[in-house]
Amino acid sequence: MPLDSNIDPATHKFNLVGTRPLRPDGVDKVTGRAKFGADANAPGMLVGKILRSPHPHARIRSINTAKAAKLPGVKAIVTAADFKEGKRALRDVLCNVMARGKALYDGHAVAAVAATSASVARKALKLIQVDYEILPHVTDVDEAMKPGAPLLHDDMITAHVDPAPKKPSNVAARCEFGHGDPEVGFKQADVVIERSFRTEATHQGYIEPHACLASMGMDGQGELWVCTQGHYMVRNTCAALLGMDVSKLRVTASEIGGGFGGKTTVFIEPVALALSRKAGKPVKIVMSREEVFRASGPTSSSSMDVKIGVTKAGRITGALAEIRMQGGAFAGAPVELGAMSAFACYDLEHVKSVGWDVVTNRPKQAAYRAPGAPMVAFAVESVLDELARKIGMDPIELRLKNAAKEGTQSSYGPKYNRIGLRQCLEATRNHPHYTAPLGPNEGRGVAAGFWFNFGGQTCVSLNINIDGTVALAVGTPDIGGSRASMCMIAAEELGIPYDKVRAIVADTSSLGYNDISEGSRVTFSTGLATIQAARDAIGKLCARAAKTWGISPEAVVWENGHAKPSSPNAGDFAPLSLADIAKKAGNTGGPIAGHFEVNADGAGVSFAIHLADAAVDPETGRVQIKRYTVIQDAGKAVHPSYVEGQFQGGAVQGIGWALNEEYVYGKDGRLQNAGFLDYRIPVASDLPMIDTVIVEVPNPGHPYGVRGVGETSIVPPLAAIANAVSAAADVRLTELPMSPPRVLKAIDGKAAGKARR
Amino acid sequence: MVQVKLSGSFKQAAGRAEVEVEAANIHQLLTRLGQDHPKLKPMLDRGVAVAIDGQIYRDDQFRPIPAGSEVFLLPRLAGG
Amino acid sequence: MSTVRVSTTINGDAVAYLCEVDETLLDVLRDRLGLTGSKEGCSTGDCGACSVMLDGRVVCSCLVLGAEAEGRDIRTVEGLAAGDKLHPLQEKFLEFAALQCGVCTPGFLVAAKALLDRNPDPSETEIRFALAGNLCRCTGYDKIVRAVQSAAAELRKG
Repeated sequence: MPLDSNIDPATHKFNLVGTRPLRPDGVDKVTGRAKFGADANAPGMLVGKILRSPHPHARIRSINTAKAAKLPGVKAIVTAADFKEGKRALRDVLCNVMARGKALYDGHAVAAVAATSASVARKALKLIQVDYEILPHVTDVDEAMKPGAPLLHDDMITAHVDPAPKKPSNVAARCEFGHGDPEVGFKQADVVIERSFRTEATHQGYIEPHACLASMGMDGQGELWVCTQGHYMVRNTCAALLGMDVSKLRVTASEIGGGFGGKTTVFIEPVALALSRKAGKPVKIVMSREEVFRASGPTSSSSMDVKIGVTKAGRITGALAEIRMQGGAFAGAPVELGAMSAFACYDLEHVKSVGWDVVTNRPKQAAYRAPGAPMVAFAVESVLDELARKIGMDPIELRLKNAAKEGTQSSYGPKYNRIGLRQCLEATRNHPHYTAPLGPNEGRGVAAGFWFNFGGQTCVSLNINIDGTVALAVGTPDIGGSRASMCMIAAEELGIPYDKVRAIVADTSSLGYNDISEGSRVTFSTGLATIQAARDAIGKLCARAAKTWGISPEAVVWENGHAKPSSPNAGDFAPLSLADIAKKAGNTGGPIAGHFEVNADGAGVSFAIHLADAAVDPETGRVQIKRYTVIQDAGKAVHPSYVEGQFQGGAVQGIGWALNEEYVYGKDGRLQNAGFLDYRIPVASDLPMIDTVIVEVPNPGHPYGVRGVGETSIVPPLAAIANAVSAAADVRLTELPMSPPRVLKAIDGKAAGKARR
Repeated sequence: MVQVKLSGSFKQAAGRAEVEVEAANIHQLLTRLGQDHPKLKPMLDRGVAVAIDGQIYRDDQFRPIPAGSEVFLLPRLAGG
Repeated sequence: MSTVRVSTTINGDAVAYLCEVDETLLDVLRDRLGLTGSKEGCSTGDCGACSVMLDGRVVCSCLVLGAEAEGRDIRTVEGLAAGDKLHPLQEKFLEFAALQCGVCTPGFLVAAKALLDRNPDPSETEIRFALAGNLCRCTGYDKIVRAVQSAAAELRKG
């Protein structure tokens, strides 16, 4: 099949795509055999531990490591001085890995030790003397923006403001998107609602803490075993920070125990390598859960104002959002993505969103599943819900009247290609959940969500083995069952059974560069590369058959796993199976392999609608989710079970964000709840089953129509639940999480307001 | 000539909502935009994406830009 | 640090080891015995990834000292399958796609086994409460609960 000839996924009959085979890494994972980050060991291995700042903001006057170095069993100590201050782009990464000059948040790494045992390493940390000059701190986004707020970086001049500010501030950048003029739109509206919202930072909460095993040889060649979403990113970043040639560092991705965006950067990896280089021995570092919370990426907290106007007929005439996000101690809060996605679901004439990227004395935020989008959707979809009530319109009807479709100019710029929002809204309206009766103190909420989905650099090798089986090497860590999907896709193309293909995540020296497993890109882009690598191999298989038969390669076609003459004119030869050709490969030209390298672009955007029923206890303010349904466009679901799994997992992370999860900072700027007991993620007994509906509106940018599915599912839940809780409690909730005290306060406030009237 | 639509921060930096550039692919587009509009240069260097007829390209610099297509400049996206 | 000698039974086999007095059973299993199927997610007993059975009861092995295992019976995820035959819970976890990243899976399997040992026909609510000490961040629990329900039905058939 030629490269650009996309099949019609709506009518094409797939053999394997769309079925639910068992995943190839499954048995290892149910028997304890799978090797995760902390499961690797090496002879002579040392234990690495990191000393972290107890202060949210402090100048580091000096670090004295002399006493610690004398402790028996201590083999190496490193500080910021052991890393290369390289390119500007890496400066913040380096400063976050090891504090340079100032500690910028509670938990910021200041030094590290490698020792013969964990207990010696812990003792050594206590012997390191750091002389801190404590500075005033700020952890709240709105406080950090005020003039006179404690300043984190004295060279931070707000970017994209004209004229440029003369004085430094904690505001890294401003951004703006939209078209038309919202003020004109508001004049055309019958009802205009403006509200302010706040969300607290949450953590990705992967169950596996960051872990790695580094081994540097005295010849300057290094190996690193690490749980990460992107081992090529780890290699390139570490090589730069340690001043190594990229070729001298080989990184192997372990099985990864969850990431959700939080494992898309480096924390401990350069430290372990630096310690290993100094000690001349392998060094293993495993973060404690407390370190994960204090020092690895939470998401941003936000403060937002949203104003939307509608006509009585339900047409949105104007929409405006101002979004402030703090992203911790360094620039890079995902406010651009938040601002771009704010009104992306709707077809609007007058729309504008403005974003502010703010720094505070908190750990540097890391991407978390559709970074920036869930909090903004919370604000926008809440206001829409209120508007629907005000004009007496069904909330799905209101969204259908304004839904973006193919050809709509998106609020962030370009016109949409083929998209499935309308189909998702209609599927929601037709779902029995939407009209099911509600119990006492229960409310139903609906919300829409949007996410971009990405492609990126991708490289795949597909080797035909002598017995007709296939070894597929991909370079994107498997974070949600992608090896199963890749085996299915390769087998689909080659026309062989699923269990004849084995997929592995290759190390950085065995395969070309691959971007991180992020942005819901793996099934889309590694899938696309796998399709093309298989087609490349098929071309070679057909050529071998042609040679065997003594006919032209153009006269050979590939059908159902066999090379065949394309027509009776081409000759009368019995078809050769993949195994037949593979067996003879050694004598017909050598090994047969397919490859594909690509900038996979053309990932289709996706939309989801979530339906939530919440019960609110009027006495305690406790919220319970009674029923939940996810309706999302997957383009084409390769392995429906794992697509459903992404829908369900995203929804439940959103339920946690909406109801329980938050970073709590004390007045002292220290994180108060750095553990799973006090930072409570949803458990099985908190939840109902999560129903799913997979909508399939093919992505024209992919041969099978695949769209990314991993992230969109966390965008609508905050709003869907807020709308359900607001309906149940009959008062609008505008702050997350909707923990019992906050809900109770809103209920009491409503009662007090009524009493006053 | 390619009509490049700018919104938000790009529009602000360039001083208008649409600029014309002679370019056959994304690489040429970005190079010439930087030359013609020095205020856009730092933003281009930070990384941008280009949408051609609704399809967003982050990386593929040699992607041809068909005549008459709708071209939008966007910030480069990163995900989770 | 003083060490103690411990004799115990792990997955039916007699095992002896030396450990430091403050070393957890989880560290002994993982670092001294190479049984890395039990995972450390928090070391405070909040996530359940290190769940093992100790004399038939589910415990977080991060909250048990290695020294406490003396004379006890320990079962880990590595002992769940019988030879080359997976336990029905393991089979159903695969069939129902009840794992995504799989790092919490060993703990869930151990906790689910303990539940089905004492209650062969649990309701959905009983399953959810029995597994409430095990955190999963990927699946939203739906497919885990369904897998346990199906495994229970399979086991009842005998």
